[in-house]
Amino acid sequence: MPEAATRIDRRSETLELNIGPHHPSTHGVFRAVVELDGEIITKVTPYLGYLHRGYEKTCENKTYHNVIPLAERCDYMAASGNSLTYCMAMEKLLDIEVPERAQAIRVIMAELSRIFSHLFWLGTHGHDVGAITPVIYCLREREDIMNLFELTAGGRLMPNYLRIGGLIRDLEDGFVERVRAFTNIFDSRVDDYETLLTKNPIYVDRTKGVGVLKPEDAVALGASGPMIRATGIPLDLRKTQPYSGYEQYDFDVAVETGCDSYARYLVRIKEMRESNRIIRQAIDRLPGGPIRATKPGAVFPPQEDIYTRMESLIHHFMLVVEGIKGPVGEVYQATESPRGELGCYIVSDGGPKPYRLKWRGPAFVNLESLAVMSEGSFLADFIVILSSVDIVLAEVDR
Amino acid sequence: MGIERHLNDTVHVTNLEWFVNWARKSSMWPLGFGLACCALEMIATAVSRYDISRFGMEVFRPSPRQADLMIVAGTASKKMIPAIRRIYEQMAEPRWVIAMGACACTGGIYKNYAVVQGIDRHLPVDVYIPGCPPRPEALLDGIFQLHAKVMKEQSIKDPRSFPLKAAT
Amino acid sequence: MDQETIKEKLVSKFGDEVVQSAVAFRDQVAVTVPKDRILDVCRFLKEDPELLFDFLSFVGGVDWYPKEPRFEVVYQLYSLKHTHRFRIKANVEMAEDGLGHIDSVVPIWPTANWHERETSEMFGITFLNHPDPRKLLLPDPWNVYPLRKDFPLEGTEEDTPDLPRTAHAALDQPSE
Repeated sequence: MPEAATRIDRRSETLELNIGPHHPSTHGVFRAVVELDGEIITKVTPYLGYLHRGYEKTCENKTYHNVIPLAERCDYMAASGNSLTYCMAMEKLLDIEVPERAQAIRVIMAELSRIFSHLFWLGTHGHDVGAITPVIYCLREREDIMNLFELTAGGRLMPNYLRIGGLIRDLEDGFVERVRAFTNIFDSRVDDYETLLTKNPIYVDRTKGVGVLKPEDAVALGASGPMIRATGIPLDLRKTQPYSGYEQYDFDVAVETGCDSYARYLVRIKEMRESNRIIRQAIDRLPGGPIRATKPGAVFPPQEDIYTRMESLIHHFMLVVEGIKGPVGEVYQATESPRGELGCYIVSDGGPKPYRLKWRGPAFVNLESLAVMSEGSFLADFIVILSSVDIVLAEVDR
Repeated sequence: MGIERHLNDTVHVTNLEWFVNWARKSSMWPLGFGLACCALEMIATAVSRYDISRFGMEVFRPSPRQADLMIVAGTASKKMIPAIRRIYEQMAEPRWVIAMGACACTGGIYKNYAVVQGIDRHLPVDVYIPGCPPRPEALLDGIFQLHAKVMKEQSIKDPRSFPLKAAT
Repeated sequence: MDQETIKEKLVSKFGDEVVQSAVAFRDQVAVTVPKDRILDVCRFLKEDPELLFDFLSFVGGVDWYPKEPRFEVVYQLYSLKHTHRFRIKANVEMAEDGLGHIDSVVPIWPTANWHERETSEMFGITFLNHPDPRKLLLPDPWNVYPLRKDFPLEGTEEDTPDLPRTAHAALDQPSE
């Protein structure tokens, strides 16, 4: 019958819906255009670039030390992890050996940043799913961690504590006791968060089976971090290619086999507990010694020496005025950030500024799998899937 | 003061403009326009430690139609300008804008091809809050400055300026 | 497997002319291959059972202006099974149309899709047979390649203007 034919034709038109860039649940300025057939998503087209800040071009015009604050603002949820990656790439380029105390403190800062980032993710993920309570509790914990960051170098969010060759200054008195007090109560706090969501039937219904990413797809699409560990592949750069003394610490890699958003949630909860374990071991074993390597021409001399010794003053002056005269070459250094493999590729031509600095942001690559995961699901599930990818727009757009 | 003392200080006498301004500043609903890192400090201001709810502002509305105050927190890239402008135009008057953070005030550390050097090139800003990111106390201080500005606004037009419609 | 052995395997499979240059710096080796052999080399690196580079970390570009060939495309690889890393580069010269041309590796590693889109819009390199060659990060009206060395950091008023407030420029009346 001709009427039935036109009815079916009309039903096959899809609705194009624009999500973002200003949206309460897109975690920043992210825009996606989804094509809907009723409520089922048939196609997802992400549009990026709304927070493109020209990071890589700006770095080519700054001296090597001036890049550190820029690098920290790239992934603002776990700022110390970024400066760790960059400083390690520079130390590899300049062949500097970082002293053990600095390595241990860097590990503490990196793991605190991991907990910091996962807490915020947990709060906003709960908020997207519809649970408003986790936000308030997770952000209360974050205030404790921000107090610790403030004790190191003054910044709450971006402490800017790491330098090429080590750290800027030693720990304050009382830092070790406060970290220990934090680690003692944190496990019970994670138990509290788990009581809110893990066995909650509404949460399990909303996330189990939603956003399935199979292992071979995850590898082909370059996903790393919790995205790939939730598919059963135990890829963790802290274990496979350890750096900054991670091989001394005893921790497990959080792996689940569910491949869906619920598995990613479980992986991140487990990672918070493991990070707590690492911090406790690092604080118990904190070695003494210098907090910065000695390499005139590349590393700033200690502050006390600048005021008392002539050579240190001259080295400091030349370093600030002329910058680092590095060798000609290129390095790639990758670390395990809360989102995945964070990589820094530096090409140096011997001058005081990087010739090319390429930042491999894990959130950028993880977002590629959004289309694969959400096609065929409901529109309400799209928000859950997007939040389970854990993107930070400043890293996606750089 | 005369009549208030006679009524045992249970009544406060003022003029209508003060009253309207006080009502506007006491429950100014912000539009959460968090673009980048400053958004985290804005959210930290909204939760239990720095509780912005003491000032009636904990309802961060996602829709510009329901909001009074647009806190531009973070870097505005050039690609984002049409969206910012469209959202500002959707807000109903009276509306105010706070530029939070160095990037919103002047472009911050990003002086390059992709970042707008201050959103006051495209929006009328009432209060600038410097910092990278500004502490929650700094954001609250900026909000208080905005409240003081609102209290001094001329929100009621002079009644004598309204033309009377002659009855015909 | 260490970097020198990987390089030897490449040479033994394709012959000496495939390795145009190999730079060993610190503990990493970066091998430059000719750009028309890039697909064969990458397929070999991914499928050979002793190498198994199934994880592409990134595809990036470097601009060596004013040296020729001007561009260099860098592929950073990682093997999940053998946990070794490797770097492959290809020199791309600028053609008459002001762009570089090189084959896309999306058929081998699907993750290269967005990396190549970003590299092509930042440097002006065309990746042949790319499934979706649109701009990724920059606004659509712009026609510049910002990461090239001859592009100024702050952009120019004509090339990188503040985008108009509305789609219809005639409606851009200042309202305050």
